[in-house]
Amino acid sequence: MRDKIMMALAGLAALIIVWVLHTILWQVPDEKNQGAIFRIIYFHVPSAMTAAACALAAFVASVLYLVKRNLSYDAIAVAVTEGALLFGAVVLVTGMIWARIIWGIWWTWDARLTSMLVSWLMYAGYLMLRRAVEEPTERARNSAVLSIFIFPGVYITWKSIEWWRTQHPGPVLSIRQGGGMAPGMESPIYVNLLALLCLAAVLVMLRYNQELRRRELDSLRRTAHAMI
Amino acid sequence: MKFLRQVVAVFLKDLRAEIRNKEAINASLAFAVVILLLFSFAFDPTAEQTREISGGLLWLVFAFAGALILNRSFARELTNDCLDALVASPVPGAALFLGKALANYLLLLAVEAICLPVFGIFYNMRWTAQVGLLTAILLLGTWGITVIGTMFSALTVNLRLRELMLPMLCYPIMIPCLLPAIQLSTVVIAGQPLGPEMQQGFRLLVGFDVIFTALALVLVDTVLVG
Repeated sequence: MRDKIMMALAGLAALIIVWVLHTILWQVPDEKNQGAIFRIIYFHVPSAMTAAACALAAFVASVLYLVKRNLSYDAIAVAVTEGALLFGAVVLVTGMIWARIIWGIWWTWDARLTSMLVSWLMYAGYLMLRRAVEEPTERARNSAVLSIFIFPGVYITWKSIEWWRTQHPGPVLSIRQGGGMAPGMESPIYVNLLALLCLAAVLVMLRYNQELRRRELDSLRRTAHAMI
Repeated sequence: MKFLRQVVAVFLKDLRAEIRNKEAINASLAFAVVILLLFSFAFDPTAEQTREISGGLLWLVFAFAGALILNRSFARELTNDCLDALVASPVPGAALFLGKALANYLLLLAVEAICLPVFGIFYNMRWTAQVGLLTAILLLGTWGITVIGTMFSALTVNLRLRELMLPMLCYPIMIPCLLPAIQLSTVVIAGQPLGPEMQQGFRLLVGFDVIFTALALVLVDTVLVG
């Protein structure tokens, strides 16, 4: 059943992405000031939202683990954290390509870019901490605490374009009290967000299954060792 | 009231242990002075440049030197299973954490108090223009470093790669605290007035301290006891 849901979600994501690519490449006109490169927003912004959703899920799963002490919440937390890292990397790379064209530089140390990179690095640190701890419950506990500590950084990243004057564009979308885009130009962002969320869900489910199986293998190995 | 007494007991115990063998504070102080020297060789700054980088220079030194003190904070308790004894004692985790954090705070402030005149001498800087404000920034920024550092010291105490993991996990999380501290210190040391943007820096510092102190107090029991 779970496999079928995953296949369905992956198929849905693929279909939507094809539709989005068709729409943004053939139907949406070039932007007045930026030209063709502005189309990167249709992947940059939804990826950022997906990464933020994954980070929020990691926070919730970590809190739930600490409350319920059920290791499957820990498995969810790893899976969504890896999702956050993946989509975060997409955000950083697409942003850098856009910046190279529009600003003429790959990177600048403004509040948005810095906080995003720092959050990304902290989640990478989360995975490194997991590798350093051998005992499963101690690993789950410590990494859950770390994940909770990382989350305020994600919130800072989200709010940074409102709190500081950044080189990164301020809020654009109308849902965030931005100026909004011309009619018809904004909707593919939300449609692509749906596609990327489906994709993230598929990846998270895949990693979750792997994580459960690895834990099973681990415990089997321990039992085998104990019997010898 | 009982909680406060417990905090003070842990605080005094840590401070006494440190004053008797001076392990962490000596290492930290020597390290801080060495970095100050190295920076001076590495950049050979003019007076104008020094004024521009003073905040960053000082806070990097404090953060690096702080890691040495914070690393020892819980690692010191590993010998003879002292940590288990502490956890088993009737002191709650939050009191244990607060006592240790306060001891680290005082030690780190002592290191900073020695570093500042050294910095003033080696770099020919008059840093005393706005001592009151500078002290406020130091107190707030150092508490941020200490809270995060002490918490992560507890988190990484059982790891093989403890010395490596602590700075790797700490420094990125400290950035929202270090950044305003650096900017504010640069302005204050140069003797310039604080603009409205700088006041936002103070808000960020206070917010960081409050949020992470609260988080640490809530979560430290889980880390120590399980």
